[in-house]
Amino acid sequence: MSWLSRGLIALASLIMIGVFFKPLWEITLYAPQYKEGLKMIIWVNKIEGGTKNDLKNINLLNHYVGMKKIDPDAIPELKILPIVFGFMVLFGFIVALTGNKKLLYTWVVLIIVIGIASLVDFWWWEYDYGHNLNPHAPIKIPGMAYQPPMFGCKDLLNFRACAFPSTGTYLLALSGTLGVIAAAIEYIRGKKG
Amino acid sequence: MKAKFRLTLLSAVAVGLVSVGANAQSPAEKVYVPHGKYDEFYAFLSGGFDGQVNVYGLPSGRHLKTIPVFSAYPMNGYGYSEETKAMLMTSHGWIPWGDSHHPELSQTNGVPDGRWLFINENNTPRVARIDLKTFETTEILEIPFSGGNHASTFITPNSEYITAATRFSVPIPQKDVPIAEYKKYFKGTLTFVRADKPGQMDIAFQILVPGYNYDLAHCGKGPSFGWCFFTSYNTEQAHTLLEINASMRDKDYIAAVNWKRAEECIREGKYKEVQTKYAHNYRPDDTRIAKTEWKTSVKWIIPKQCPGVIYYLPTPKSPHGVDVSPDGKYIIGGGKLATVIPIHSFEKMINAIKNKQFAGEVEGIPILKYEAINHCELPNPCLGPLHTEFDGRGRAYTSCFISSDVVIYDYKNCKILDRVPTYYSVGHLMIPGGDSAKPWGKYLLPMNKITKDLFLPTGPELPHAAQLYDISGDKPQFLLDMTELGEPHYAQAIPAKLLMDKTLKIFDLEENKHPYAVKEEEKTKVVRNGNEVHIYMTAIRSHFTPDNIEGIKVGDVVYFHVTNIEQDWDIPHGFAILGANTSNLLIMPGETLTLKWIPKEPGVYPFYCTDFCSALHQEMQGYIRVSPKGSNVPLKYGTGDEMHVAK
Repeated sequence: MSWLSRGLIALASLIMIGVFFKPLWEITLYAPQYKEGLKMIIWVNKIEGGTKNDLKNINLLNHYVGMKKIDPDAIPELKILPIVFGFMVLFGFIVALTGNKKLLYTWVVLIIVIGIASLVDFWWWEYDYGHNLNPHAPIKIPGMAYQPPMFGCKDLLNFRACAFPSTGTYLLALSGTLGVIAAAIEYIRGKKG
Repeated sequence: MKAKFRLTLLSAVAVGLVSVGANAQSPAEKVYVPHGKYDEFYAFLSGGFDGQVNVYGLPSGRHLKTIPVFSAYPMNGYGYSEETKAMLMTSHGWIPWGDSHHPELSQTNGVPDGRWLFINENNTPRVARIDLKTFETTEILEIPFSGGNHASTFITPNSEYITAATRFSVPIPQKDVPIAEYKKYFKGTLTFVRADKPGQMDIAFQILVPGYNYDLAHCGKGPSFGWCFFTSYNTEQAHTLLEINASMRDKDYIAAVNWKRAEECIREGKYKEVQTKYAHNYRPDDTRIAKTEWKTSVKWIIPKQCPGVIYYLPTPKSPHGVDVSPDGKYIIGGGKLATVIPIHSFEKMINAIKNKQFAGEVEGIPILKYEAINHCELPNPCLGPLHTEFDGRGRAYTSCFISSDVVIYDYKNCKILDRVPTYYSVGHLMIPGGDSAKPWGKYLLPMNKITKDLFLPTGPELPHAAQLYDISGDKPQFLLDMTELGEPHYAQAIPAKLLMDKTLKIFDLEENKHPYAVKEEEKTKVVRNGNEVHIYMTAIRSHFTPDNIEGIKVGDVVYFHVTNIEQDWDIPHGFAILGANTSNLLIMPGETLTLKWIPKEPGVYPFYCTDFCSALHQEMQGYIRVSPKGSNVPLKYGTGDEMHVAK
């Protein structure tokens, strides 16, 4: 492996550490009386409200349509993801240290798989959250589901729900891209050699 | 040709721009606060015989809130809930009503700072503190040795003290004497209350003075810092038919009190400690449970034993208001029966004291010579001058009851500049910051005593009225007729931006230290203690926990301790139960309030949320079962499927 690729994969690992310090996704609910929005911020290991009480207030409003309470302690992903990314950071540094090309390709394949799997999982979680409703909910609207969007905004009864990836996700994307570039450089160099 | 036309048009626009003055906007445009915008000022108007403080926005005139102070307020349970009833305790027992008069904002360096609002009660002498983070009354102190606490709550420039005084002199200490022996037994007190320490409001000292009627006050600032001025009337010391008998003398007095000198006398031990009993009611931030502390003594300063503490300034005639100019140099008396407005000079007063220019003495209080202290007399001002406010631009505004107008004048040069009408018979008037060292000016609000035909008639009893004037330009511009609650005496106003960002939105549930608070539904319970039953209840959209309670017996005293466990802005819950002899509770997010209920007959009684809190507010209800005395129905409670048996 060239010094350039080793540098790139080291940098990719370094950037990936950022995922522990920046949120991955933000979902905001707007209504006339919530101009400032009720915010749900998703991190690699926790879900937080935009303010101290936002999560409590989202749960309170959601119980009328029978949505499950968002309880961060009951979401296994928040326990698995930190281990996965922690492993990938470590793995990336090992690739940089050893300069092993095969390990580099493995890292790149893994990060792509993890990225896709995370998005699919997130979508599935949102689907479940919006569809798996308490049959005894006081407000029942035939055919209505409350699955929040992943990108962009969507009207859900009196609320407008908007969701966008946040800094952590962009850092992951950047990290993955750097890995792919490193792999591409090595692949091209290998062909030439 | 085209260029010429353009030039003409431009000049026309320019002329138009130059001529845009203060009156360029119509009154309607000036008082209209569009959706999404806020008023420029908070105005705090006393409620007079409603006993409260009413908060309005200016210039819209919108009523924003009634802050209960001296009167019970069933709308939110003030005075009825177990947490607030001690606020209305006095040495005469629990009193559900008061007569609130003169609100005063706390000050730093003579400028309102928006920490607190103080207000007095005239009938059963008291003073109160309102916290401007919550807009709630947090402290009430009773004033002993007083009758008719009218010259109150005027403040010193750093909120060191607020004043209190006897409008109705009384036998001091109280005793059974013939009323006709007024001159022998009746005395007045001028009281200074320590005001800058929340929870520790206390009487610093009382100055024992001759038995006149002490009416209003204002304290000095700048050069006159360290002094407060109290008007007096009835120096005739009449005890009956005062309208004639107290209007005999040409001049009564403004009492000038040197409170710095009083502090010295206290330090030097020149005072008399007198035993008495008076209530200090305080509602702390953490438990929010008001408690009464009984205080047992006050310090009296006798003028003879503390020379230099007080002087009398002769002032025509039965003066009502006394107001100090923003620069602290002039003291204006509103001689309600006088044909002039006397303006005294503080500098002259100090010189007169130095040069002993005395016209006499009464009970050890030197009377200064009128000519030695008077700066000027404003001639032919109006009829029945009462109160004066300042705009910070060298102009004084005095309200005139009899002639129903406000006279505007240059108080340094004693020159009348303008006058504006009021509808009708104006009492107090208010300019934002108008009694402080730095008035914000801008608006003038005369508050009237007679309404008659101003608004749609509502039977014999009408609302009081105020007029809002824009005084920012050269000529005052009439803007608005405002209705008022009760009878506002004085008022205060402060720029909205100084208060609105500090106001509390919710009570933090984690900080709730109420001993009966429950912060999670799982922890709710019912506890019997002899015939007392305590229900630890939560309220959250849209149910109470517990909402079914059984096992109460006739003869029990039931306490509903309801904690609103919401943490969202403007989601209060109410609580009311059939047959309660008190009121409802209006419980703010994070707050715990308690309703005491004594069921008299067996049966099942509904309770419910009284504040439309949510889409399923109508479902927010519950039942409590009352069994006959001696019945063995177990104490059970719950919400939903499961009923718990009380331990």
